[in-house]
Amino acid sequence: MSTIATSAQAQAGTVTDDPGAQAPLLSISHVERDFTSPNGQRVQALSDVSLDVRPGELVSIIGPSGCGKTTLLRLIAGLDKPQQGSVTFKGRPIEAPNPERGYVFQQGSLFPWLTVRENVAFGLKAQGKYREHAGEVDDYLAKVGLTGFEHAYPHQISGGMAQRVAIARALIDHPEVLLLDEPMGALDSFTRADLQDRLLDLWEQYHMTMVLVTHDVDEAIYLGNRVVIMSPRPGHIKEIVPIDLPERDRVSDAFLGYRKTLLTKLHFDVHEH
Amino acid sequence: MTTTITEFAAQARGRATPATKTATKTAATPNAAGQTGPAEPAAATDQPTAAATLPATDAQADRPARRALPYPLTVAFTAAGFLIAALVNVFFPQVKPVEFEQGQLWIFLLNGEEAYRALLVILALLYVVIGVVDARRGPADVARFRERAQFRFAAGLALAVWDVTGTKLQTLPQPFFPGPSKVIEPFLTDGDYIALNTFYSVRLFAAGFIVGVFLGVVTGVIIGWFARAYYWVFPVLKITGVIPAVAWMPFALTLMPTPFIAAMFLLVICSWFPVAFLTAQGIQSTPKMLIEASRTLGADTPYILFHVAIPNAMPSIFTGIGMANSLSFLTLVISEMMGQPGGLGYYIDQAKSWSAYNEILTAIVVMAVLFSLIMKLIELVRGHVLRWQKGLIK
Repeated sequence: MSTIATSAQAQAGTVTDDPGAQAPLLSISHVERDFTSPNGQRVQALSDVSLDVRPGELVSIIGPSGCGKTTLLRLIAGLDKPQQGSVTFKGRPIEAPNPERGYVFQQGSLFPWLTVRENVAFGLKAQGKYREHAGEVDDYLAKVGLTGFEHAYPHQISGGMAQRVAIARALIDHPEVLLLDEPMGALDSFTRADLQDRLLDLWEQYHMTMVLVTHDVDEAIYLGNRVVIMSPRPGHIKEIVPIDLPERDRVSDAFLGYRKTLLTKLHFDVHEH
Repeated sequence: MTTTITEFAAQARGRATPATKTATKTAATPNAAGQTGPAEPAAATDQPTAAATLPATDAQADRPARRALPYPLTVAFTAAGFLIAALVNVFFPQVKPVEFEQGQLWIFLLNGEEAYRALLVILALLYVVIGVVDARRGPADVARFRERAQFRFAAGLALAVWDVTGTKLQTLPQPFFPGPSKVIEPFLTDGDYIALNTFYSVRLFAAGFIVGVFLGVVTGVIIGWFARAYYWVFPVLKITGVIPAVAWMPFALTLMPTPFIAAMFLLVICSWFPVAFLTAQGIQSTPKMLIEASRTLGADTPYILFHVAIPNAMPSIFTGIGMANSLSFLTLVISEMMGQPGGLGYYIDQAKSWSAYNEILTAIVVMAVLFSLIMKLIELVRGHVLRWQKGLIK
């Protein structure tokens, strides 16, 4: 296990200096972002954060709450802007949200007055592309296993199904990057495991790039090619751990080894009673 | 174990005792059976062990006696109230003197007394027809019909009591509270005029309410969506909104070209305020997450306004419309009673000046029916627009 830890240490920081690497799809460099809390305190959400994401990569970002992982994802989506530093997508700075960067929220992001099908079709309709792509709505519903629930309203389906709708809704516009903000945070572990496998299938099928924010160590390892560990006060990247699992097996020795490494780095090992 | 069973038995008997009393009552008023029916199984489920262990308890022995009335009898029971009222009207002696006028209704020449009898028979037949239709539509409709049977029976009896106290014995203070026959009579003697005034009210209400609601939604969307508009308009809305619209009546009557437009103006302002206020609140309550989700899906600002913020405000808009609706009824009648050339309020005002209290009651009956219909219509529109809420909010 120590070998993994050592190689992870060596890879810490960005990988732009790696000559063999492809041009990054997403490039975050020296980003600073702070917020003023309601009681007037300044909170440094992100401090000197740099990260490159290559095409086709699945990057997990993990860290305790307040480490700025969601803020980082919002910067990539274009829902927020950095005060310093730059966030670029295919070499161009990110100015505003764009369907080429799909976003899946934690939960409760479906429109309650629209049916499952209408929720998935929302993006196409908003962009005036619904007529020529109407058939794809049903394809995507089938891909996330929601055929038969087209006409249900969000309050009539389970949390796991709602997140599958949210994923189909983001995928329908063929995004190059799918940004996932703790999409399984509110689900039970069985639903969660099912959704994780569905995500992996979609990732392989569409050769998509994914950035996943999570607070679940197993999920970060199971899904990620790399796990970015973030720390709070101020929010910064502590370390990047590359994951090389021969097969997706939640109980293999290799998996458990990564688990131990990550838990150690996240200081789960120093509990004092 | 033995003590436990004995305790259960005691409990079961304790529960059964009040039920037995109800069963005795059932014989007197047969329909009560339908009501007491569900109470007994509930008691049984509370004590499943007792039911399982013990053979026949008092409660079980009583079961056949408390079975619901056969459905045809329930239908007959429903109609019976109105038929009893008709029989009371025919056979109860007319103690105090009363005069009836004849009037033309379509091809029939009737007086109030005859029209009242005809109405009771029609009501009885109507409920028989409804009962038959419900039986064909399914168990849910049958259950609903059963549940309403007692109330409908009581309504018939209440009419009979009113008839006796208002017309036959005249124990109610006269001429303020005449019997049902005298309240129906103006439909015969004065039917065209009532219809004309009703039409005037409907026209005035529709014009004022629709324009008011439309303006309210538009204003509400603007102040809810644009922070600047909110800053300048909302305080004005808040202050002027609490003033009852009828307070502006002197200005309206003087400044508007016709009394109709004056009253319409009052209706517009009374429905404008609650709709604008609640629309603005609904727009502002749009969850940030929904707006952000729309932006990541490629929606521009106008699209978000019309497809996210306004749908999100719909429940709130309909709350405003409900408030506007009741305020409008009030404003309508008050403004018609003061300075309108027609309308149900005007009709009441005229009837008052000749002390024709039965006509006032007639106009009130028309209002009750008319306003209920309008509310029902709005409720239907609301149910359709907010169909996504079905099962979400109880």
